Amino acid sequence: MNWEVVIGLETHVQLSTQSKIFSNASTQFGAAPNTQASIIDLALPGTLPVLNRGAVERAIRFGLSIGGTINPRSIFARKNYFYPDLPKGYQISQYEIPIVQGGKIPIDSPTRGQIEIQLTRAHLEEDAGKSLHEDFHGMSGIDLNRAGTPLLEIVSEPVMHSAAEAVAYAKALHKRVVEEIEICDGNMQEGSFRCDANVSVRRAGAPLGTRREIKNLNSFRFLQQAIEYEISWQIQTLEDGGKIQQATVLFDADKGETRVMRTKEDAHDYRYFPDPDLLPVEISSSWIDQIKSAMAEPLHDQYKKMLAYGLSREQAEQLSSARNTSTFALASLKLASEKERPMLANWILGPLSAKLNEEELDISRSKVAPEQLTKLAARVADGTISNTTATNVVLAAMWAGEGNPDEIIAHKGLKQISDSGAIEKIVDEAMAKYGQLVTDYRSGKEKAFNALVGQVMKASLGKANPTQVNAILKKKLG
Amino acid sequence: MFDKSVAELSRALSTKQVSAVDLATVYLNRIERHKGLNAFLDVRPDVTLRQARAADQRIARGDGTPLTGVPIAHKDIFVTREFASTASSRMLKGYMSPFDATVVEKLGQAGMVTLGKLNCDEFAMGSSNENSHYGNVLNPWDKDAVPGGSSGGSAAAVAARIAPAATATDTGGSIREPAAFSGVTGIKPTYGRASRWGMIAFASSLDQAGIMTCSAEDAALIFNGMLGFDPKDSTSVERAAEDYTRHLQTDLKGLRIGVPKQFFGSGLQPDVEHAVREALAEYTRLGAKLMDISLPNAALGIPVYYVIAPAECSSNLSRFDGVRYGHRAEHYADLDDMIKKSRAEGFGPETRRRILIGTYVLSHGYYDAYYIQAQKVRRIIANEFQDAFQACDVIAGPVTTSVAFGFGEKAADPVAMYLSDLYTIPGSLAGIPAMSIPCGFGTRKRPVGLQLMANYFEEAKLLGVAHQYQLATDWHRRMPPGT
Repeated sequence: MNWEVVIGLETHVQLSTQSKIFSNASTQFGAAPNTQASIIDLALPGTLPVLNRGAVERAIRFGLSIGGTINPRSIFARKNYFYPDLPKGYQISQYEIPIVQGGKIPIDSPTRGQIEIQLTRAHLEEDAGKSLHEDFHGMSGIDLNRAGTPLLEIVSEPVMHSAAEAVAYAKALHKRVVEEIEICDGNMQEGSFRCDANVSVRRAGAPLGTRREIKNLNSFRFLQQAIEYEISWQIQTLEDGGKIQQATVLFDADKGETRVMRTKEDAHDYRYFPDPDLLPVEISSSWIDQIKSAMAEPLHDQYKKMLAYGLSREQAEQLSSARNTSTFALASLKLASEKERPMLANWILGPLSAKLNEEELDISRSKVAPEQLTKLAARVADGTISNTTATNVVLAAMWAGEGNPDEIIAHKGLKQISDSGAIEKIVDEAMAKYGQLVTDYRSGKEKAFNALVGQVMKASLGKANPTQVNAILKKKLG
Repeated sequence: MFDKSVAELSRALSTKQVSAVDLATVYLNRIERHKGLNAFLDVRPDVTLRQARAADQRIARGDGTPLTGVPIAHKDIFVTREFASTASSRMLKGYMSPFDATVVEKLGQAGMVTLGKLNCDEFAMGSSNENSHYGNVLNPWDKDAVPGGSSGGSAAAVAARIAPAATATDTGGSIREPAAFSGVTGIKPTYGRASRWGMIAFASSLDQAGIMTCSAEDAALIFNGMLGFDPKDSTSVERAAEDYTRHLQTDLKGLRIGVPKQFFGSGLQPDVEHAVREALAEYTRLGAKLMDISLPNAALGIPVYYVIAPAECSSNLSRFDGVRYGHRAEHYADLDDMIKKSRAEGFGPETRRRILIGTYVLSHGYYDAYYIQAQKVRRIIANEFQDAFQACDVIAGPVTTSVAFGFGEKAADPVAMYLSDLYTIPGSLAGIPAMSIPCGFGTRKRPVGLQLMANYFEEAKLLGVAHQYQLATDWHRRMPPGT
């Protein structure tokens, strides 16, 4: 039987504002329960919402980055339902007129290659609080710290056809909002990026099947597992002659299966209507222009710039995968000469990132500035020091705050020996001292050559120009 | 002192003829003496006297405002830190707010001394003050009559001179109708002039704070301290501050008063019509010209209002779920049951009725037919006012079809009760400033009010038009028997 799978995702992206969308309470994660709920978040009588401009600005940034339409006038509506962790008894969201419509995200589909995922809309809304049903002995605990946290709900068209494709889209979207336009911290464990997946199956060419919505998937792995389970469950059900009921389901990660939360019959009537406490959100074209001009260069453009700088595809891809790395790399590459650039790329991806990992630092807080790294590369390029000395000795000293490359080279006496007479002398001594290696090499043991180079370098205290050592040694060995 | 206007009290305070403490004491004693009116829900003499002492110190330092030391009472729709804030509901019995409403805060900063909190219809829903969980307020003119609602406590308190001024709120007529029934001056400003921060919401797109006083001049003085832009209320209007007393002395020569014929239809009782026509005649003697105008769809205001207001109310009152504050049922099976029982017990019958109406009109499949349609008609009514103001400067007519009715007369018939607001609702839907001033008495010597309306942001003009009438007449100075 030929089944076609149809998937659309609704993604809740928590916007990285300092304060909530309608109050000045902090959005910081992890505070003691209810310490970050203001009188507005608690919905005390007489309180009113005031829209956080920063949330709107981030939504506009998203709209611009996906080439969507920014509505010059969008409306906040109330979505009415009762739940103990929904303090007002309604959620302020956008309904008929969202802030962003349309737009697309390019993805690399495992089955279809480079495709674009069409988006339906993105709208602003506030998050609810949290109900804690454990630990309260027959009662429920309510934590309203999260209530009022700004969310951008991004809705895709139902245009994905496999779990892997949905995951590719979710990853592309995650990169877009976290690295590309920096409107979300992207922390999935903390719920900053969560997906609802609408899944249906149909016979090839048939009209759309009945969908079931899997709620609140907060890891790419769960997203993949949940959709895969759901697809096989739906196909199995239909092949057994059953019918799919429209339903909202939850994914049980322990059992690896989905189970029904509610069906269409007991779906809420949310009684949406425009929130009379808030004016329509008016967005002027000059504000949009201002945001556009302040937006960072798209990472894909930076990737292309890196290729033009002569980096390999792999280097460019890795360096442009995260915003801060890309910013650092370009700052460093920009000042470098043609032949220094691939070396710089290797240093950033290699020794520098090792240092950063060791101290759990983001590259934006690197102890070696991009300009200093470039200076160091220049000293390798002009033959002052070897690549090995640069990364093993000088970079470590720079990291430790011992000064700029020139100071460190001078202070530690690292200047490379490039005088061929001097090198020849050291080579001769090494060949005399390690006659066995010479014999080995001459009898065909290629490895002995490297050992000899090592001895020469050691004898020169690492200062001999390795290229010259190689050439001279090769010549002398015949 | 209790028969003095705010303007007179202000002068007496600044010239130290009376201290704020003495004045507060006079009114606290009067509140006690007229307890039977049931106008006040919360009185805390220690709080009042502390505020009065602070006012006296300010006056002594010479940094008072014209309102410093003048007592005022607040409708229990405004939340206050120092008095309970109940909205006259069982739901909020004893509720203490951690913050003051902006209106309360501003008047406090001006130095006004709070006498306490005033009874009203539950969550400001009603036209007779019979919907308070804490009992009826009596009309000081006739203890068998309702004081009007929802700001019944405010109207009765000012009428009985147990407060020289009282804040009030108007959603569909809740300032003007009780002002008319109780024979006081009551004004609601343009929607957006007074901050709604700290006003317990009924219908957000209509709710507007205003004031009840004995005269238009007093209202103008208090507006100077009360109105203004508030960044905490997104619907508040950002405009330069203005002096609301600036047109009080402007004469009325050539003033064009529009008289809507729809306000003099068959429902209007002859006693009210007579008093209103007399008042209009007085205006012509003062130099104004009367002209017939038409507000063709004004009567649709009632059905429009009773879609929009309950719709907004059904959502605004959802926060009262017994989870975080307010009434929580004692026995319940689970979370759902707790919310249901708490709300059923905490809300009175009229509040429940409006929540149900509102829930219904917003429901899937009905929203377009009711809510959207009502918003369209609301726009039409607002536009008709704009057309009218092309031809006239102010609009005048009755506030109500009859004088105050008796307790229980309309309580069993919600539609008859809703019709009490026939003439006040159109102005609320349009969001224009509107007021009621005393203009005589009808049957059983119950007061009659004259309604005056002006275009957006023309409160100063409106107050001037009322003040000129009050210079020429003394209806506003009459006091209920036994005051």
